[in-house]
Amino acid sequence: MIPISWYLIFAAALFAIGLFGVLARKNAIAILMGIELMLNSVNINLVAFWRYLNPEAINGQVFAIIVLAVAAAEVAVGLALIISVYRKRNTIVAEDIDMLKF
Amino acid sequence: MTPLQIIFIINAVITLFAAIKVVTSRNLVHAALWLILVFFGIAVFFVMLDAGFLAVAQVVIYIGAIAILMIFTIMLTRRVAKDSGAQLNSNWWGGGILALIMFAGITWILTHWQRFQTTAPTIPATTDSVRQLGVGLVSPNGFLLPFEVASVLLVAALIGAIMVAREQKK
Repeated sequence: MIPISWYLIFAAALFAIGLFGVLARKNAIAILMGIELMLNSVNINLVAFWRYLNPEAINGQVFAIIVLAVAAAEVAVGLALIISVYRKRNTIVAEDIDMLKF
Repeated sequence: MTPLQIIFIINAVITLFAAIKVVTSRNLVHAALWLILVFFGIAVFFVMLDAGFLAVAQVVIYIGAIAILMIFTIMLTRRVAKDSGAQLNSNWWGGGILALIMFAGITWILTHWQRFQTTAPTIPATTDSVRQLGVGLVSPNGFLLPFEVASVLLVAALIGAIMVAREQKK
């Protein structure tokens, strides 16, 4: 049998990789990809806790589905913003997007 | 080692490798394709965790919708995606150190958790978790309100996305 620790450590590693992507990438789309990795690792944690600690209740899966819906909404708005910025500034490098700066 | 453990390790190695390629590959289209592999590996983990509905939702929503949406956006911003310069910013080492600290910290905290080595309890064959999930999502005693709020959130997000990305006529 697989102990829960395997899933948790895998999810932690995936989260760390996603965090690195968010912090280190220049491109705004690549940053969104890092966020997706982090959200997915959280989902694995939620489902693993549901399966190992409380499989009778359905709460863990419902929580994971809500995370899925929020991730879909977030990526739709994020990509729309990126396209809008690209039209205005012709760049999607995060460092060059400084229209809100004084 | 049971076969399930071997499958877990193979899948974990593939998924983590693909995730590292997502954050390091220079060509964004390649990064998006590696991202699809990551999503698929996570769907396999959902199957191993007996969450069949979530595995299907993962494939349909993440691979079928989010990854394709990302590839479309990469193509709409193509000139930037192909730029030959560095894809990492000047502070990437700081991000790497922070990510390593994060991983070490999470692992350290987890090893002090008493139920760290818990194995999965067997689910009785009569329980149908997909049916349970469906009933839970629409029953007023269950999660009807969060479900409806999520629907409103999705509609608002889609309308907002259309408004933001619409071509402005002057």
